Amino acid sequence: MRRANRIFTAAVFVFLYVPMFVLILSSFNAGRDLAVFEGFTLIQYAELFRDEDLLRLLLNSAIVAVLSSLIATALGTMAAIGIHNMRGKLRSLVMTMTNIPMTNPDIVTGVSLALLFTFIGGLLKTRNVMGFVTLLIAHVTFNLPYVILSVLPKLRQMDSDLEEAALDLGCTPVQAFFKVVIHEIMPGIISGGLMAFTMSLDDFVISYFVYGPRFVTLPVEIYTFTKKPLHPKVYALFTVMFLAILLVMVLMNVLQARDDRRRKAGRSH
Amino acid sequence: MSKKKRWLSGPYVLWMVIFTVVPLGVVAYFALTDNITGAFTLQKRANVGSYLPIFLRSVGLSLVSAVICLLIGYPVAYCIARTKPSTQRLLYLLVMLPMCMSFLLRTLAWVALLEDTGILNTFLGKLGIGPLPLIRNYAAVILGMAYNYLPYMIMPLYSVIVKIDHRLVEAAQDLGCNSVQVFSRVILPLSLPGIVSGVTMVFVPAVSTFYISQKLGSTGTILIGDVVESQFKGAYNPNLGAALSLVLMALVFVCVGLMNRFTDDDGEEIVTI
Amino acid sequence: MPHELIRLTNLTQVFDGETVLDSINLYINNQEFLTLLGPSGCGKTTTLRIIGGFQTPTSGDVLFDGKRINDLPPHKRKINTVFQKYALFPHLDVYDNIAFGLRIAKLRETEVDERVTEMLGVVSLKGFENRKVNSLSGGQQQRVAIARALVNRPKVLLLDEPLGALDLRLRKDMQNELKRIRQAMGITFVYVTHDQEEALSMSDTVVVMDNGRIQQIGTPEDIYNEPKNAFVADFIGESNILDGIMHEDYVVEFCGRKFQCLDKGFGPKEPVDVVLRPEDVDIVPLGQGQLSGTVTDITFKGVHYDIIVDLKGFKWLIQTTDHSPVGSQVGISLEPDAIHVMHKSEYSGQFGDYSSYSAEFDELADNVEEDADE
Repeated sequence: MRRANRIFTAAVFVFLYVPMFVLILSSFNAGRDLAVFEGFTLIQYAELFRDEDLLRLLLNSAIVAVLSSLIATALGTMAAIGIHNMRGKLRSLVMTMTNIPMTNPDIVTGVSLALLFTFIGGLLKTRNVMGFVTLLIAHVTFNLPYVILSVLPKLRQMDSDLEEAALDLGCTPVQAFFKVVIHEIMPGIISGGLMAFTMSLDDFVISYFVYGPRFVTLPVEIYTFTKKPLHPKVYALFTVMFLAILLVMVLMNVLQARDDRRRKAGRSH
Repeated sequence: MSKKKRWLSGPYVLWMVIFTVVPLGVVAYFALTDNITGAFTLQKRANVGSYLPIFLRSVGLSLVSAVICLLIGYPVAYCIARTKPSTQRLLYLLVMLPMCMSFLLRTLAWVALLEDTGILNTFLGKLGIGPLPLIRNYAAVILGMAYNYLPYMIMPLYSVIVKIDHRLVEAAQDLGCNSVQVFSRVILPLSLPGIVSGVTMVFVPAVSTFYISQKLGSTGTILIGDVVESQFKGAYNPNLGAALSLVLMALVFVCVGLMNRFTDDDGEEIVTI
Repeated sequence: MPHELIRLTNLTQVFDGETVLDSINLYINNQEFLTLLGPSGCGKTTTLRIIGGFQTPTSGDVLFDGKRINDLPPHKRKINTVFQKYALFPHLDVYDNIAFGLRIAKLRETEVDERVTEMLGVVSLKGFENRKVNSLSGGQQQRVAIARALVNRPKVLLLDEPLGALDLRLRKDMQNELKRIRQAMGITFVYVTHDQEEALSMSDTVVVMDNGRIQQIGTPEDIYNEPKNAFVADFIGESNILDGIMHEDYVVEFCGRKFQCLDKGFGPKEPVDVVLRPEDVDIVPLGQGQLSGTVTDITFKGVHYDIIVDLKGFKWLIQTTDHSPVGSQVGISLEPDAIHVMHKSEYSGQFGDYSSYSAEFDELADNVEEDADE
């Protein structure tokens, strides 16, 4: 039974990874057709690094992802502390609001923000309201709940006496936060921020409704690419990103393993 | 607990009101007004009813894919949760990784795999079979949904199953359960919260998708997401688009509300990296 | 020279419409070891938190050296706290934990080092400077918590059930350790506990609390020997509490008989509660005592036997070193100083025939409260 389950699980992993290997393999394909492998080449990588437009798009995505995740992390951590100190109806009201972007389909979030921005644009009498700012606002909006929902459990797990102990020993509330509380909730802040970053980097649906022609991100451009035949250098880009994300994840895995070990060592006494 | 600290949420609450609550109001406003005159109208929206078959198709296909994800995801999550911790972390990471990669390109890869002249049919052709109609049908759309959202099913299931205390299983065995009974009477009920959140996390994006159906489906498999998208990006009618979005949102909230009745989860936990 | 350091006047605390503290009046002298004793939910921790500045009272005043400090934040008070579960900073080692308050106060690093080293000596933790706090045992963590508070040379040290998480033996050791440290430092201790034995053996003054009200303030001897009401009698030690009538000064009637006692000042024919400590009741051969009954149960306790005697349906708990077999008829003898007479209170009649407050039950109640808090 257990053996059968392992084989099944292995098969599911193959299912998850086959499409990605098709793409990676295609980046080394001399031909243009995904279906036929016509010989090994690295020319797509050379093309990729010569293509300033594509790299520009990647940079745009990175800028939005970094900025929006940083803003969301700061704002969200503050908010989480506030929510942690709320009870009853107020708390559930704020949590409901937090859950709206989590529960709402992305397309509805995108459409609602697009209509808001158009509406404001109408008030300001500008036609081209969509651009970097609208994109950034949208990304911060859908990133915020991820940060809050990963910082809140850490606040809850934290011994609330720790903060009082810091106050007791002469810290002002601000000092108590930066000298004690932040150390306790840091894993939550980091994982929330990273999650926000990856969500933002890969977001297509919401960006698609609020981007402007002056500032386009990579996923949005890929969508417009895919309406026509795709240039194989995009597969090369995919492969590079695959490796980059793999690297980041392995790193995080190692860090987390170390953290777990430390924690276990603390408990065993 | 300090009441003063509540004010730290101020900027966030303001942000969310402006960019989450108000926009929903704007959607409602657009949905109920005429696209030309701007006057309030319900009459123009009467044709929303004609999109009922598309709504039903979207719900049907995404429910089927959610069930498929559950059936595939549960054994996988269970298997991962029963390996040793270091392996668990590695496998969990492998489940996460596809979610971080462009879902557009991954869906495109399925096109390459399933096309009439695609990889699978070429392979089958060499065996003297086919070409089989693997794409531009319901099955392909369901496959695309299940593939894309499977990680969203496995992750919450895993995090619930891994927390089940193994002593409970031993206690059930001690009280006379065989392995099937252990599963159906102990493990399954305890993993219900994971099932609920997994099904929700697959259903919501699936019911509103507009890309999978465009690439893997045909004109006969248009989903509600496609219609909404075209109202904003093609045949520009934001009022109709807004009305359809509103219905879609209501639908999702009703479904999520129904699902959450199965658990008493406060919704303050999420699966983290 | 003892003088008044802290005074609480009409202190009241209301949470969500529930009165947690009801008009508390209390003064604390310098160099006093004062213990707030009571079951969970009695308001003792709330009182401590108000003194520490972690909570603002709904009404009433907190005076420190004669000045009102209601609105003074904790970091500006010359008071430090030892928290229930120590609350040591996990990201700092032993040395940095103890140095924390001094560094916040921006002392020169040479002075910090001097005082931390001195403090490590006081709590016998020399050589542990660079250990991670969660690699320490419970008792060692406790010492670090005490050192971290005392190194700031506070005028008052607040201790919130500091020994609650330790096992019995360690608790006894730490009780002595705390007494020693206080004598060495000469500062005021305000101690919160639900353990009556701990309160009696360590304190100069015990404040018994229940339901947000002070039930009795006194020395440990006063509290034990002259409980003011049935609650105090029951909570401190074990007792038999009986209904009685005070006929005149020094004469009380219970169990259908008049007894000589040492109490006076009650109204004529006033109904009263009579407390008999189990160790003050003597078992004598049948016919020799004032009362008689049947032994229904006997339990060996090491130093003595717990004997339950049935007196016409009322069960008494008697502690004695002599064995009496179950079923035997015995006489009961009471000396005047074994009888304590108390006014009737809201607690009268709550504690059954004989009773002993169960610490285990109290802990159960604690857990239920914590669960409800989740």
